[in-house]
Amino acid sequence: MSPELGHFALALAVAFAFAQAILPLWGAWRRDARLMQAAPAIAIGQLVALGTAYAALVWAAVTDDFSVLNVAENSHTLKPLIYKISGSWGNHEGSILLWCLILAMCGGAVAVFGRALPASLRARVIGVLGLSACGFELFALLESNPFARLWPAPVDGRDMNPLLQDPGLAFHPPLLYVGYVGFAIPFAFAIAALLEGRVDAAWGRWVRPWTLAAWCCLTGGIALGSWWSYYELGWGGFWFWDPVENASLLPWLTGTALLHSAIVVEKREALKVWTILLAIGTFSLSLSGTFLVRSGILNSVHSFASDPSRGVFILGLLALVIGGSLLLFALRASLLSSSGLFAPVSREGALVLNNILLCSIAAVVMTGTIYPLFADLLFGAKISVGPPFFNATVLPLAVPVFIAMSLGPALSWKRADLGAAVLRLWWVAVAAVAAGLFALIGMQALPALAFGAAVWIILGAIGEVVERIRLFRVPVAASAARFAGLPRGSFGTTLAHAGMGVTIAGIAGMSLAQESITLTKPGEGVPLAGYVFTLVDLHDAPGPNYASRVADLRVTRDGAPVALLSPSRRTFPVQKMTTTEAAIHTTGFSDLYAVLGDERDGAAVLRLHYNPLAPWIWFGALIMAAGGGISLADRRLRVGAPMRARASAAAKA
Amino acid sequence: MTRRAVVAALALLLALATPAWAIGDPAERLPDPALEARAAELGGQLRCLVCQNESIEDSGADLARDLRHIVRAHIAAGETDSQIIAWMTARYGDFVRLRPPFNPTTALLWASPFVALLIGGGAAYASRRRAVAPPPPLDAAEQSRLRELLNP
Repeated sequence: MSPELGHFALALAVAFAFAQAILPLWGAWRRDARLMQAAPAIAIGQLVALGTAYAALVWAAVTDDFSVLNVAENSHTLKPLIYKISGSWGNHEGSILLWCLILAMCGGAVAVFGRALPASLRARVIGVLGLSACGFELFALLESNPFARLWPAPVDGRDMNPLLQDPGLAFHPPLLYVGYVGFAIPFAFAIAALLEGRVDAAWGRWVRPWTLAAWCCLTGGIALGSWWSYYELGWGGFWFWDPVENASLLPWLTGTALLHSAIVVEKREALKVWTILLAIGTFSLSLSGTFLVRSGILNSVHSFASDPSRGVFILGLLALVIGGSLLLFALRASLLSSSGLFAPVSREGALVLNNILLCSIAAVVMTGTIYPLFADLLFGAKISVGPPFFNATVLPLAVPVFIAMSLGPALSWKRADLGAAVLRLWWVAVAAVAAGLFALIGMQALPALAFGAAVWIILGAIGEVVERIRLFRVPVAASAARFAGLPRGSFGTTLAHAGMGVTIAGIAGMSLAQESITLTKPGEGVPLAGYVFTLVDLHDAPGPNYASRVADLRVTRDGAPVALLSPSRRTFPVQKMTTTEAAIHTTGFSDLYAVLGDERDGAAVLRLHYNPLAPWIWFGALIMAAGGGISLADRRLRVGAPMRARASAAAKA
Repeated sequence: MTRRAVVAALALLLALATPAWAIGDPAERLPDPALEARAAELGGQLRCLVCQNESIEDSGADLARDLRHIVRAHIAAGETDSQIIAWMTARYGDFVRLRPPFNPTTALLWASPFVALLIGGGAAYASRRRAVAPPPPLDAAEQSRLRELLNP
């Protein structure tokens, strides 16, 4: 019964989406206030319908309703409850439905939080969100229906890929999707602005918090995915330049650029056309990322052909959304004129440089990701583009970004003195060069450069605050007062930039990783990086839907106990698959990482890693997302300010 | 069927199969740590032909293990990195190289950073030239009208 209810709710959501697309846009076109005012209610109706549909899907998974094809193919009675829930988005149909649900949430969020928006702008934003929802919900309903029935129902399901049965991956897709789909809001604002023919500072002020929220989630989602591959795939790497990873990195890069160019729109009323284009581009990359990778076009042309109708629908939809919005951009962008002039050396200039570099990185990553496909189609050449290519091309473009990250905030708006900014940051530069040279003693040039860059960025971010509060130049009490008075947005910038520095330090630290692969008998010890890993015992342990083989390792340093590590191998009988569960002990400055391999003659293959600074990679991402969050708190206050002023003006009158 | 078609078919088959990651086997490794490091570095540049974008060092597939063995055998025999890459390319084509060689078909790929920077810089320069073109100075009639407006 409930799957039919879900199916019906999905169909209802499609109807709502069409209403949400047509009525507000028509109302804004005809200046019909009643139609425009209907927008929020329709958006919330769509959200409720999709929420019901999604709840029905989760319910079917939780109650083991194997008459639902999707549940039968991806679940099993013995699967733990949390993975039954997360399994609802761990497959194609469910993840598309989640995608639609989040898009509906975006519409609902604009409906609820956008009350102070001008009526026509709000109607158009909600209308554009509805228009995109139409396509994707139709796709969910017609081409990837998660509620399709299976008859006769099997006794038990086929279970989910064991690699996905992991807490990290349970939360990775929702977070990533909120990031991807969240960029639909800046996109809708951009399209609405093109329809209105107007972009001003207020527009920038509206767009920025939504962009920031999406960016925070995307940052967190990417970090969670990379952390998952680090501890679950079991060989100590964290980023593989895989097409799926690149697909998430692309909107992050352009989204970061968008975040920065929206600042210029808000503060200086410049870069308007460019910001609109970036908003369109970022959402287009999010769309392509989710759907092209999913349809298998990027990984292999063959799996695309395996379900042509699905692929064609997706391609048509992408062409419509991306092509349509670019066409609108081409027709209407000339209406938007920028008024803010600035010298090349200025805060705006630095932000333009940031945008050029970030977009160049995005262009290179995109070229590298799709080039094998094009080379095959155009030249018939089978080539591979892998990590060595991306490392060689992305790093030279990233270095100037790192340099600009500390210099940019030190420049003033409109016209700045580069020499003065450099002088102000002299101690940061000295520290960075010293750190780089010091690092050069123990390591190769590239990681040493990265360490220098990390110090430059972290100290530069701190130096910005020190400069603003005039530490040591005015009495400490005055500095403290200035510190308390700093807007949260500038703390956000500081934190986000410093977080990037921490991540870079982590990546540089990983290049010093040491590993050891040995065949070890119980009782034997393996020395690595000053630690001794002693294999204490090998034993079997039961699990809910798997059987595991566990190795108990005692780690000591100079005879003193450090940690107990229990890496294991899990065998999942239903999917006939074995996964390795790495055991990780982190000190905050390094990870001790152990993986259990095959066994022979009573001895086990152990793969041991010592990964200095590895946790910093994700810790830095967390700091970045937190910086964005703090900045958001600031935005909300400031965006609320006009309302308060209006209220006091009303009180006076 | 050509060899490439076979490789592609195998790739498709294994992409659908469950992925397996290399745990490693101590017996595979070269006794000399310096040579082993070189082998690992070189192996990181070579694609496991039947996997999705994994190097032979990272993959647990049988073919990757065989290729790892071949790389180490060649290194032990004293060959240079470029000789080994040439050996691999002769057998498996450029598909085996994760760092594609520079040739007419990959020129656009390797040029992409420069092209992107040029387009970005060019666009910024062009929009700046458009934006800062100052308005033409007032002519005599406008000057006199301005004086009238300012001093009525």
